[in-house]
Amino acid sequence: MSTESIAWPTTTAASPSFVDHLHKWVTTVDHKRLGILYIVYALIFLVIGGVEATVMRIQLIRPHNNFVSPQVFNRMFTMHGTTMIFFVAMPILFGFANYLIPLMIGARDMAFPRLNAFGFWMTAFGGLLLYFSLIGANGLYGAGNAPDVGWFAYAPLTSQTFSVGHSTDFWTLALLVSGFGSISTAVNIVATVLCMRCPGMTLAKMPLFAWLNLVMAGLVILAVSPLTAAQIMLLLDRYLGAHFFDTQAGGSAVIWMHFFWIFGHPEVYVLVLPAFAFASEIIPVFSRKAIFGYPVMVGATVAIGFISMSVWAHHMFTVGMGANANTFFVLSTMAIAVPTGIKIFNWLATMWGGKIEFKTPMLFCIAFLFQFLIAGLTGVMMSAAPFDWQLGNSYFVVAHFHYVIVGGILFTLFAAFYYWFPKMSGKMYSEILGKLHFWLFLIGFHLTFDFMHVPGLLGMPRRIYTYEPGRGWDSWNLIVTIGVFFQAAGILVFLGNLLWSYYRGKDAGSDPWDAWTLEWSTNSPPPAYNFASIPVIKSRRPLWDLKHPDDPDWKYE
Amino acid sequence: MSRFLAQTIGLLFWSAAAVWASEPKGSFPDGTNIFAPASTPAKSIFGLSLFVLAVTGAIFLVVFALLLYCVVKFRKRKNDDGREPPQVYGSNQVELAWTVIPVLIVVALFMATARVIADVQKAARPDNAIEVIAIGHQFWWEYRYPAFGVVTANELHVPVSDAHHPTPTFMKLLSADTDHSFWIPRLAGKTDLIPNHPNSMWIDPHETGIYLGQCAQYCGTQHAKMLLRVYVQSQDEFARWIQEQRQQATVGNAVSQGQRIFETTACINCHTVAGTVANGRFGPDLTHLMSRDTIAAGAAKNTPENLRQWILNPAAIKPGSLMPAMQLSDPELDALTTYLETLR
Repeated sequence: MSTESIAWPTTTAASPSFVDHLHKWVTTVDHKRLGILYIVYALIFLVIGGVEATVMRIQLIRPHNNFVSPQVFNRMFTMHGTTMIFFVAMPILFGFANYLIPLMIGARDMAFPRLNAFGFWMTAFGGLLLYFSLIGANGLYGAGNAPDVGWFAYAPLTSQTFSVGHSTDFWTLALLVSGFGSISTAVNIVATVLCMRCPGMTLAKMPLFAWLNLVMAGLVILAVSPLTAAQIMLLLDRYLGAHFFDTQAGGSAVIWMHFFWIFGHPEVYVLVLPAFAFASEIIPVFSRKAIFGYPVMVGATVAIGFISMSVWAHHMFTVGMGANANTFFVLSTMAIAVPTGIKIFNWLATMWGGKIEFKTPMLFCIAFLFQFLIAGLTGVMMSAAPFDWQLGNSYFVVAHFHYVIVGGILFTLFAAFYYWFPKMSGKMYSEILGKLHFWLFLIGFHLTFDFMHVPGLLGMPRRIYTYEPGRGWDSWNLIVTIGVFFQAAGILVFLGNLLWSYYRGKDAGSDPWDAWTLEWSTNSPPPAYNFASIPVIKSRRPLWDLKHPDDPDWKYE
Repeated sequence: MSRFLAQTIGLLFWSAAAVWASEPKGSFPDGTNIFAPASTPAKSIFGLSLFVLAVTGAIFLVVFALLLYCVVKFRKRKNDDGREPPQVYGSNQVELAWTVIPVLIVVALFMATARVIADVQKAARPDNAIEVIAIGHQFWWEYRYPAFGVVTANELHVPVSDAHHPTPTFMKLLSADTDHSFWIPRLAGKTDLIPNHPNSMWIDPHETGIYLGQCAQYCGTQHAKMLLRVYVQSQDEFARWIQEQRQQATVGNAVSQGQRIFETTACINCHTVAGTVANGRFGPDLTHLMSRDTIAAGAAKNTPENLRQWILNPAAIKPGSLMPAMQLSDPELDALTTYLETLR
C-alpha cells in the first residue's frame, strides 16, 4: 500500500496556533504540565523577588543612603519575603513534586488531577492578587501601595489604626487564596503517595523523594491551616469589629505571633524537606552508590516532621514568654538538630567509597552539604535562647535563614533543575554554562551571606532602611551588596542556559545519568500517560535491578 | 588543590581583617558589639555564646573535614575502570554512633543554656534597684522613673553598678502602639515592648559611659531611626541628674513670645513642659529638652539649627515621623527655637 498518494484535507492541525497552545496549557490537568506551570510561574516571581532584594541592598550599600524612601524600603522587604516564600519556594517545590512523584512511583497521574489544576490556579491568582496591590490599593505612591507590614505581619501593625487603606488586605487575601491552593495540592500529594504506587512498591521500597514529599505535604496541611485561620481572624478584626489582635480593646499581639509561627516554623521544613528529597536522589546517582541507611533516612524525616511542630516559639524568645516556656522551646529546637545531623552524615556516607562525578547537579549538592552544615550550626547557636536574645532580629538571623533558604534550598533546586531538565525537556543542558552558573552563584552567595553575619554580631537590627555611620557596619554592608550582583549574574546565566538548551540542546535520551528510579525508564519528555505499561518493581532501585540482573538490590534490602 | 584552598582561605581571612581595621569606628569603639559585654546579663550571654561557638565550631571542623575528604578521595579518577563501586546499604553501628553522639551534645548544650536562662530571667530584684518604666512609641522612647517623679525621652540615664554598690536597673517595658524591642547589645539581650503585654528586663552596667542601641522589632515606617542611648553615670552624677530633672521648667520674660507660640499652637497637644499648660503625652516630654544630646530619637544632634529644621520640616530629618511640620513663619520659628533652648 502506498501512503504517499493520500492527500489530507488540511495541514493546519500539524502546527497548532498560539491560542490552541494556550488553551491546552490553561485547561490542562496533566501533572507534568501543571508541574511545569508551577515551575515557570515560580521562576518569574523569583526574578521579581530578586529585584526587590537588589533594591534593598543598593539602599543599604552605605549609611544614610537615599536610593529609596523608608516607605518603599519597607514595602520591598515585605514583598520580597512574602513573594519568595509563598510564590517562589512553595510553588517551585510543588512543581517538582507534581512532576516527579507520579513518575517515580510508577503512576499515570496524581490522585486528583482536577484538584491539582485547582491548586495551581489558586496559587497563581494569589500571587497576582498580592501584586495587584501595586495598582489596586491606595493609588500610586512610591512603589504603589504594596503591603508594608513585614512578611510576618505582626499585630497590631496590621490593624486599621496603623495600616490604613487596603494594602494589608491584599496581603491577607493573597495568602488566604494561595493557602487553599497549597492545602489542596498537599492533600493531593498525600493521596497520590499513599494510593497510587505501582505494584511491588511498598512504602519501604518507595524512593526517598516520595517519602520526603509525603511528610512535607502532611506538614503543609498542619501548618497552612492555622495561617489561613489567622488570616480570617485578621480580616474579622479589620472589617467586622472582632478584637483577636486588637490590643487597644484587650486583644493579644502575642496570639498572632503564635498563629504565625506555628505556621512559620513547620514552613521552613516544608521548604527544606523537598530540598533533602533532591539531595537524596542526586547524591547517590553521582556517587554511583545506593543511599546509605534508607530506613534511618525515612525515620529521621518523620522525626523532623513531628519535632518541627513543637519548635515554633523559638521565634519568640524575646517576647517575654517566661523562663520555663523558653527552656522548653530550647530543648525541642536543639532536638531537631539530631535527625537533621543524621541526614547529613548519611549523605556523606553515601559519597564515602563511591566514584563522585562532578557534574553540575552534584556540584550544587556538595555546596548544599557545606552550606546546610553552617546553616544548621548557626541555627543551633540561636536555639540557645540567651544567645538568641542578642542574635534574634539582627542581621545574623537574616544571614542564617538565607543560608538555609538560598544556601540549602535554592542550591538543591538548581541541582534538581539540571538533573531533571533532560527528563522534562528531552534536551541536555550546557555543562559549561551550568558550571559558570555554579561558580558565579557560589561566589555571590558567599560574598553576600557570609559577610552578612558580621553586622548582626555588631548589633545591626534587620528591617532598617538606613543605618548610622561609625558603628562598624559600613564595609560589611558594602561587601554584602557586591555579592548580590554576582548572584544576579549567576541567575541570568541559569535562565539563559535553560532557554538555550531548550531550543538548541542535544537530545538527552531517556536515561542520561545512568540512574535508577522509574522516571528514567520512560521517554524524555514522558508521554501524557507516563508509562506504556505500569511497571512492577522489586526494590528501591528498579533500574539498577534491570541493569545488574546478576547483582540486584532486592537480594539485599 | 589543598594548597590552593589554603591560600584562598588565608586571603579571605586577611581581607576580612583588613576590612575590619579600615572600618571607621566613630566615638564609640565597641559601639554595639555583642561580644563586648559590660553588664551581667550581657556577660552571662557572652559566656554561653563562647561555649556554643566552641561546640558548633568543633562540629563544623569534623563534618567539613569529612566532606572534604569524601570529595577529594572518592572523586572519579581519570583512569576509572567504568565499573560501579561496591554498594553499601547502611550500617546499624555507625548510624547508632551518629545518633547517640549528637544527642549527648544536645544534652550538654541544653543544660548550659537552661542555666543562663534561669540566671537572667529569674534574677531576684534587690531593694535598692532603680525602677524605670520604658514605653515604646512610634518612633521614640519614653522613660519614667516612678520613684523620682522624673520623665524623659530617648536617652536613658542609669547609675553604674559596681561590686561595692550594686545598683541594678529593673525596667518595665510597655508599648503605646505597636511592637518594639529594647536592645542595647553591650548591656543585655533584647526584650520586646508589646502593647497589652508588659515585659521586664534588667541591666547593671559595670562601667560609666554611653551605650548605644536601637529598636529591634519592626514598628512602622521609621523603625530605622528609633535609636537608643543609655548614659551610665557615677552614683553622684546620677543623683545630680535626677535632681535637675525634677525641677519644673524655668520661664524668663525674654522668651515669652516663643512660649506664647508654643502654648497657642498644636505643640501642647503632644508635648509636656512641666509647670506650664503644655501637658500632651503623645510626643516626648520637653521640660528638660536641652539636657539631652540628641533630638528625634537620636536621629539628629540637639543643636539650634537641627531643632529649627525639625520644627520646620521633620521629614527632612526623619521621613515618616509622626511629628507634623508646624507651618510657622521664620520669625515664629526663631522665637520658638529660642524658647525651647531655655528648657534646660
